[in-house]
Amino acid sequence: MTATSAEATLAPASKPIRSTSAGSADSLRARMGRRLQHGGWFIAPFLVLFALFVIWPILRGIYLSFTDANVSGVGANFVGWDNYREAFHDPLVWDSLGHSAYFTLLVVPCITVIAFLMAMLAHHIERAKWLWRLCFFAPFLLPSTVAGNLWQWLFNPGTGMVNYVLGIDTAWLTEKSTAMLAVVICTLWWTVGFSFLLYLAALQSIPDHLYEAAKLDGANAWHRMVHITLPMLRNITGLVIALQILASLQVFDQAVVIYDFGPGPEESTRTFVQYTLEEGFTSYRVGYASAISIIFFVIIASVALGRMWLLRKREEGVR
Amino acid sequence: MTATQIQAKARIKSRTRKPWTPSQIILTLLGVAVSAVWMAPLAWALFTSLKSETEAVEVPPHWLPKVWTAQAWKAIFETGNITNWFVNSLVVSVCVTAIVLLVSALAGYGFARTEFRFKGALMGLVMAGLMVSPAVLGVPLFTTVQQMGMVDTYWGMILPQCAPAAMVYILYKFFQGIPRELEEAAFIDGAGRWRVFFTIIVPLSRPSLSAVGIFTFIASWNNFLWPYMVTNNPDLMTLPNGIATVMNSYGIQWAQLMAGGLMAGLPLIIVFVFFQRQIVAGVAHTGLAGQ
Repeated sequence: MTATSAEATLAPASKPIRSTSAGSADSLRARMGRRLQHGGWFIAPFLVLFALFVIWPILRGIYLSFTDANVSGVGANFVGWDNYREAFHDPLVWDSLGHSAYFTLLVVPCITVIAFLMAMLAHHIERAKWLWRLCFFAPFLLPSTVAGNLWQWLFNPGTGMVNYVLGIDTAWLTEKSTAMLAVVICTLWWTVGFSFLLYLAALQSIPDHLYEAAKLDGANAWHRMVHITLPMLRNITGLVIALQILASLQVFDQAVVIYDFGPGPEESTRTFVQYTLEEGFTSYRVGYASAISIIFFVIIASVALGRMWLLRKREEGVR
Repeated sequence: MTATQIQAKARIKSRTRKPWTPSQIILTLLGVAVSAVWMAPLAWALFTSLKSETEAVEVPPHWLPKVWTAQAWKAIFETGNITNWFVNSLVVSVCVTAIVLLVSALAGYGFARTEFRFKGALMGLVMAGLMVSPAVLGVPLFTTVQQMGMVDTYWGMILPQCAPAAMVYILYKFFQGIPRELEEAAFIDGAGRWRVFFTIIVPLSRPSLSAVGIFTFIASWNNFLWPYMVTNNPDLMTLPNGIATVMNSYGIQWAQLMAGGLMAGLPLIIVFVFFQRQIVAGVAHTGLAGQ
């Protein structure tokens, strides 16, 4: 159905469509207006779940963060800003935040570049396209625990393949200097597939005629890449980086699996999420854990809002 | 997957397609090299799972088993809870996917095409929800679920995964792009909102809905953190969970661990092999890639 067929149906609207309706264009608009009011019901099921499992936990987290609640939150005393004050002076808060930030700083640029190069390869090789997609995307289909276990095994100094293939003798998982690097390598291998797919879809949506026109004008492959492909991919690159920053700041799974739920050598891989959960579920300090969760939520929210602000500013700049 | 296999495959296809050009040869060789690196860990896991436990930990390591044995694969089925975890994963992921699809399609449509009071404010709230995950607010979420008495239940694992602001946002963006004339024509013919939604909007959005469904299924199948927090009972654990927490506690048996890991990854890899065209098309359609 197209706009023309819609107009064709609109044409006899001067006659009554149903006996109950007056049939004039005005009442038609009024009827559609009434229908629009029912929108609330479409949102309702989502809203119930959203209220129960997103809004309520945030409110509850804020409340608990001002208490000394233990496991269940029952019988908690109000302690004011004490938890926040303690968190501010807690070296482990700063350390774990630093580890998450360091991880993010290493992962995000690498993933963006590798995903882009992989997508270019998969897009431009003419044969067996499905095979390249499968090879580059397959690791993303593994559970994080499997990826973690697999790399724990690969990084094993004696029996693992990494040292054997590279012909080196590094104690990846027991040295502070390489501990986080091991998590980064595992993450790159495991998660690059998702960004790769985003880039691939974006590459496929660039219209061919742009390239054909450029070819006619005598642009070589390099010019076409710099003047067509890269500018057309600017939005998707922004999205990949933003999604990756948010996901990387929340790193938890791989790190704890590789280090058997411990903090890594010299506590060098304890991430912020891990510290929150340790305080909440191992030390049973739910109030304090909630306070650092809220701090973390504020950090994540600022990053996301900062990105939205930048986007808006850029759009305004274009106009 | 070895390089020669890939090249052989490419060669078969080449008979029916364009001839090799120098740039295609270079690109294909690069592709083979990258794929080999990316597939090597999986190949290593597969070969390890086909070794005996003693051969798996030999120093120095070697790729192919000297003696091929399916003993590790047999052992995970005999000693572990793996079939049980598999069923749990399936129940949880299928329920999550079904609920998410229904709920987020309705909400996305509601936000895109209907008017109601406080719509702007609610949309802002949903956007704020994009930043909340069990990783960020795990402890308060856990105490909430505990309050509801849903710890160690299927519902406790399923429902908190069912309010995905991101999916609502993706579908909202997609629905906005559907021409309004389609709906208006149906209204004039006397169809109601719900009928328009189910007979016009849903069939039009199949690619986007399948992309949302597939990514929800992948995320839910592989979700580790939330099921880890909310279950202690090994009978209720999902596959990634069970493998991480229980297999390690026996002392690490690498061949078994690799077999279990491959078991956990296999269903999704099979799904991807069959649906990859739809997945890529879906990503393009949802506007995830375009924005």
